[in-house]
Amino acid sequence: MSADRLEELIALMARLPGLGPRSARRAVLHLIKKRGQLMAPLAQALAEVAASARDCVVCGNVGTQDRCEICADPRRATGEICVVEDVADLWAMERAGVFKGRYHVLGGTLSALDAVGPEDLRIPQLIARLGEEEVTEVILALGATLDGQTTGHYIADEIAAAGVAVSSLAQGVPVGGELDYLDDGTITAALKARKRL
Amino acid sequence: MHLTSLALSHFRSHKAVRLTLDGRPVAIHGPNGSGKTNLLEAVSLLSPGRGLRRAAADDLARRPETLGWRVVADLAGAGAAHEIELRAEPGASRAVRIDGKAAAQVALGRLVPMLWLVPAMDRLWIEGAEGRRRFLDRMTLSFVPDHGAATLAYERAMRERNRLLRDEVRDPAWYRALERQMAEAGAAIDAGRAEAVARVAAAQDAGGAAFPAADLEIVAGGGSRGSGPADLAVALAEGRGRDLAAGRTLTGPHRDDLAAAYRAKGMAAAQCSTGEQKALLISLILANARALGGAPILLLDEVSAHLDPDRRTALYDAICGLGVQAFLTGTEAALFAGLEGRAEMLAVSEGPDGSSIGAG
Repeated sequence: MSADRLEELIALMARLPGLGPRSARRAVLHLIKKRGQLMAPLAQALAEVAASARDCVVCGNVGTQDRCEICADPRRATGEICVVEDVADLWAMERAGVFKGRYHVLGGTLSALDAVGPEDLRIPQLIARLGEEEVTEVILALGATLDGQTTGHYIADEIAAAGVAVSSLAQGVPVGGELDYLDDGTITAALKARKRL
Repeated sequence: MHLTSLALSHFRSHKAVRLTLDGRPVAIHGPNGSGKTNLLEAVSLLSPGRGLRRAAADDLARRPETLGWRVVADLAGAGAAHEIELRAEPGASRAVRIDGKAAAQVALGRLVPMLWLVPAMDRLWIEGAEGRRRFLDRMTLSFVPDHGAATLAYERAMRERNRLLRDEVRDPAWYRALERQMAEAGAAIDAGRAEAVARVAAAQDAGGAAFPAADLEIVAGGGSRGSGPADLAVALAEGRGRDLAAGRTLTGPHRDDLAAAYRAKGMAAAQCSTGEQKALLISLILANARALGGAPILLLDEVSAHLDPDRRTALYDAICGLGVQAFLTGTEAALFAGLEGRAEMLAVSEGPDGSSIGAG
């Protein structure tokens, strides 16, 4: 094996999020030392996933089939669709394990300055789903940023005609959080969204 | 709140300056170009925004070294004390630290309200609305610290909307989504400004007659509109066609204007004499400080030189009566006659190694 191939591998690893040139070098060295137990299975898994990975035709989640596991699972046809910006957000929701419905991944947020319009996001597919599936509620789980909120308002506006309930995640005090450490904007949002006990 | 210390490093003409202050007004005198206004500018940066000259971070660095600059200030008062550090490396934007922790610029607005009057504002009532709007916003920020955040939110949404207008996008839902957010932030801006005008007006009435009272009115830009978020959203939606033709947003608080009239004469500020216009501004700033109960820091650049001796005495008496820390500049020590013993006097001169400051 030439040293060039090794350098190429290190350079590729360094392009991964969370890794830099030094940590990539360390990771590659670790893999080479454990080539039997770790490197070979990793290479095989990478090759297999690379060959089979695809975006779910329904929701935009990633998986190894045309329909992702969530869309293929009939128990998740609860009538609720949770709209998220990105697959990472879908995974975050799944980690919490409380949402039993299905998802819709937009692939970004509306941003005129970044030239991202509705046609660049999977909004038409979402509207189509409302006609095809028995959807009772669309839950918007988007970031509390200008672009996230714009996208939320846009979707709510677009699907108003479909007669489906639209809700969004609450904003406020995080679980286990102390008020003292919160910024003013969060406290304002929490107070606005207060609930009766 | 007042400054108890101010340290500048490589800031404009000041290579290294350290001042200890006791909370009384500060009278700074020295020849033209010695660095008096630079001191005021450093203080003005302890408030959100780009300071009294609206300078970019890079322009504040001492030349020719351009090593970047640093301003450190200690604030005390009302049972609290804070340390503010501002710095910028060459080519980088300004970084803010409050009590040793990185902070957003808008957070400065909650520490100390700050008001200023600089010679560039002499034509405030005659020139375009932008200067008056900025004056109104500084007044508002002194009463409503969240005004800065509302303005930022409004401008961010408007930039997006303006881009849609320029690109001739015709998707009504996209406009509505942005206009809702502009309306919400815009209504907060409107409410803040209205509160500021009302409080300054009330403080003027109680203030006596050394400086003329002004009647203030906010004039809605791009046609009148209601005051709530729903009204603003309607105004924006109705203006879409016109805005598309213009390629930018023509309605909203970013187009508002501040009108002032000399109350005793019933005359618009723009029609008053130069001296009267200046007196009106001073009157408004004093009323603003009065309404805040003596909390703000005032920066009055070259104000004394344009006042006759009676008015000057009245100004000094008003400042001392309010108990505010006012930073005043003037070319000669004689301009501050009557302030001796009631203010700290600083003499600024230009040396071979930049500005130097001594007790005046």
